[in-house]
Amino acid sequence: MSETPEPLLSVEGLEKHFPITKGLIKRQVGAVKAVDGLTFDVRKGETLGLVGESGCGKTTTGRLITRLLEPTGGTVRFEGHDITHMSQGALRPLRRDMQMIFQDPYSSLNPRHTVGAIVGAPFRIQGVKTEQGTKKAVQEILELVGLNPEHYNRYPHEFSGGQRQRIGIARTLALKPKLIIADEPVSALDVSIQAQVVNLLEDLQNELDLTYVVIAHDLSVVRHISDRVAVMYLGKIVEIADRKGLYERPMHPYTTALLSAVPIPDVKARGGRDRIRLQGDVPSPLNPPPACRFHTRCWKAQEVCKTVEPPLVALAPGHQVACHFPENAPAPADAAPEAAVPAAPGAATE
Amino acid sequence: MVTYIIRRLIWGVVMLAIVSMITFAIFFLVPRLAGATSESLAARYVGRTATAEQVKLAAERLGFNDPLVVQYGRFAKGIVAGADYSYGPTVEHCPAPCLGYSFLSRLPVWPDLLDRVPVTGSLAIGAAIIWLIAGVATGVISALRRGSLFDRAAMSVALAGVSLPIFFTGIVSLVLFSYGRPFAITAPGGSYTPFLTNPALWAYGLILPWITLAFLYAAGYARLTRSGMLETMNEDYIRTARAKGLTERVVVVKHGLRGALTPILTIFGLDLGLLMGGAVLTESTFSLPGIGKYAIDAIVNQDLPKVMGVVLVAAFFVVLANLLVDLLYAVVDPRVRLA
Amino acid sequence: MSFLELEDLRIHFPTDDGLVKSVDGLSFSLERGKTLGIVGESGSGKSVTSLGILGLHKGGRARISGEIRLDGDELVSAGPEHVRALRGKKMAMIFQDPLSAMHPYYTVGAQIIEAYRIHNPVSKAVARKHAIDMLGRVGIPQPDRRVDSYPHEFSGGMRQRAMIAMALSCDPELLIADEPTTALDVTVQAQILDLMRDLQQEFNSALIIITHDLGVVAELSDDILVMYGGKCIEYGTAEDIFERPEHPYTWGLLGSMPRLDREPTERLMPIKGTPPSLINVPSGCAFHPRCAFEGRTGGKAKTAVPELLETEGGHLVRCHMAGEERRAIWENEIKPNLESV
Repeated sequence: MSETPEPLLSVEGLEKHFPITKGLIKRQVGAVKAVDGLTFDVRKGETLGLVGESGCGKTTTGRLITRLLEPTGGTVRFEGHDITHMSQGALRPLRRDMQMIFQDPYSSLNPRHTVGAIVGAPFRIQGVKTEQGTKKAVQEILELVGLNPEHYNRYPHEFSGGQRQRIGIARTLALKPKLIIADEPVSALDVSIQAQVVNLLEDLQNELDLTYVVIAHDLSVVRHISDRVAVMYLGKIVEIADRKGLYERPMHPYTTALLSAVPIPDVKARGGRDRIRLQGDVPSPLNPPPACRFHTRCWKAQEVCKTVEPPLVALAPGHQVACHFPENAPAPADAAPEAAVPAAPGAATE
Repeated sequence: MVTYIIRRLIWGVVMLAIVSMITFAIFFLVPRLAGATSESLAARYVGRTATAEQVKLAAERLGFNDPLVVQYGRFAKGIVAGADYSYGPTVEHCPAPCLGYSFLSRLPVWPDLLDRVPVTGSLAIGAAIIWLIAGVATGVISALRRGSLFDRAAMSVALAGVSLPIFFTGIVSLVLFSYGRPFAITAPGGSYTPFLTNPALWAYGLILPWITLAFLYAAGYARLTRSGMLETMNEDYIRTARAKGLTERVVVVKHGLRGALTPILTIFGLDLGLLMGGAVLTESTFSLPGIGKYAIDAIVNQDLPKVMGVVLVAAFFVVLANLLVDLLYAVVDPRVRLA
Repeated sequence: MSFLELEDLRIHFPTDDGLVKSVDGLSFSLERGKTLGIVGESGSGKSVTSLGILGLHKGGRARISGEIRLDGDELVSAGPEHVRALRGKKMAMIFQDPLSAMHPYYTVGAQIIEAYRIHNPVSKAVARKHAIDMLGRVGIPQPDRRVDSYPHEFSGGMRQRAMIAMALSCDPELLIADEPTTALDVTVQAQILDLMRDLQQEFNSALIIITHDLGVVAELSDDILVMYGGKCIEYGTAEDIFERPEHPYTWGLLGSMPRLDREPTERLMPIKGTPPSLINVPSGCAFHPRCAFEGRTGGKAKTAVPELLETEGGHLVRCHMAGEERRAIWENEIKPNLESV
């Protein structure tokens, strides 16, 4: 399944459990399993989309990968280095290679610093000397993200939302990172601005050979920008596949339902689409349903879904699903999914 | 909820114990660091005519020669079980919550303090009611008419109110409003009459201190209410309330004020708790025999047991107020879960 | 005469920086049982329009002119008490974020009961029964228990249902929903859109949906009004707007959004620049600094404000280019790019 010998980012069994305490002596009575056993790779140069609804753990995942949060289990490998429990000091040189873009361009920029100071900060923090001086380097980056380099001395409030997000992107690009984790990079922006930023991210990827993990709730944006997509539900990956496979032949009922819930700007399609309407809201991650976490809302759920947790298995090349009763499963479906079987030779090419 | 209260009560007791230890340590260590000996301390209790022998004996009986920890242990035991003090021919018994025994006034501290609580309570609660009503009303009107003449005038007065110290406003009000003065509104003598003896005289005697004290606090509350209301009236739920077709009065009072009141109640509880431990300046300005006056007198006379007693009582009220405020918070704001 | 008619509505706010023309000459009409979608980006004036209809635009400071006729009743010149009595009863509103739009200190039931009793002189017990009934109708399970819950005890979707129950409690004839699903998860959004569609049919009310999401508008609207810089720049049936849009801004919106129902395109076609500040609206056509076709107006776009003119069958467009030219651009230059590569 891997084309390159070693993925840029490799996540295995990643867990983040936040403790819940109770009583006089605050003893731990349980845990919010915000992220509960994620395994995926990100190859160099690709974009992995991470989608899911609120409470699915996608934002926590981003923060675990960048070590803004400390994982409670599993491993994170970046370029072969195990960074799961690396000290902040040891992480510092790696931070140059791994950057994060945040959702809210209003609150993630210090209002008292000029654009030059914000974008130049990584140089200072990392103690990087540039040939032509920091100012020149910053201005080049500003130009790269489509901002006027003469605005070096302006403050964030003088910019519109879209421009602020460009400043945020410029800051992450300063040290020429290899991996960028973008957490809802466009959801706070106006429609016409969203498209500008999406295009910018794509251009930068081509120009600078970047690898992205894009975390978003908007399935259309994720499809547009991603090569592969992982769908999360209550702390678990329920399906991960390349874009075409996931959007055209979704196998997990939850993915199917998500796709069918997206409103389509097509008047003629009104009422003509097959709709799957899930009942109720996403259950609280405080108390997720046992076994398959989706069984409370799933129309295909059987007894087994309430008792046995379905493993994430590859049902087609590069297409892993965690479901007892997957949809669109390829022909040899009589074999009950057991472990992650690598695609049998000769079976299923597209 | 019950575990929460129990936990908080335990914490309160621990807190009081720590406060008492620190105070005890300060009052018993500092004089010694300044060069005082057990004898020089004891000398203050036996009178100037005493012989060196008598002084030595008194120091021994008072336990001044014991290590600090032993002395504190004795003090703590007194709170729980009562204590007996003797420094001369007689033995003075100090019953159960014994906060110490004043060797200067020859009285146990606790009953003496207890007598003062109603005075301070009357002053604090009366003033609190006035400042709460006046402050909140002013703040609400200022917020609703932001930028108006009323708003600007009220906020200027409020600024003056928070800036001017009690002994200034107190003396000004005494000059203007006390008995025999041009705008007299107070009784002759101006001293404290217990409520149960004569409620009218009680209020008559307290009206001036009430207003003076309330003025100081009302100013702060007006500013607080104003900013709280300005914030709340911009909330989405206010827009929803208007969209329902509610009259403006209901929108302001039931939705706006209710939302803005929570932080005010918190501060109100803490302020009241603090004042219950003695409104020092007000009581001494108006010569009210409350806890604050008691504290001042004790400090002036270097009557350490009394000072200890006041500190503990004041700390008790503050801890109690904190607990009550947190419980009240859960009642006022259903989102607050106590666990 | 239509049920709701807006004529040349203007809502201006004087500020220290200048006059903010949030709504600047807006006219449209809406019948009972029909749904109008108002689409626009931030600062287009869409939300101020809806607040203006209910008389909720920030009272003293705003300058409002023009006419709003609800069932023949003119509201701009009517006294505030008259408009207040209509609010919640004849016209109601659903807001974007149900968590902040409901009072955190009162139970959901109490808030619905309050809404009902202002306009209906009934006892608390009767109003409570009505509240439970309404909660049941919007699909809240165990309404007799949930009526005593606080908003924070509801999930996001349930809160928005409760908000809808509150808005519908007095059976309003006009319902305005301002970004009703923006704060919700996509599967819950689908439920709420279904619910709104069903309820509208049941109550036969006139519905205005205000949103930036063309997908949501396409799901619900009969007619669509596209706003830009406080003005309507295109108005038509949903088919007009999605099948044969004629304004470059509408094209830009369509080109900006990735779509799940088409093959993925290589690149999105965003609109350049940013939405204008309403204090300093560009001269002439407000959209001209961002318009890719500004050069084809012979310089008129910079100097003259284009009229909102009918192109065919009630389809209105505010653009200097000629109708044929616009249709040719759509067919030959825009539409093929939207389809896919």
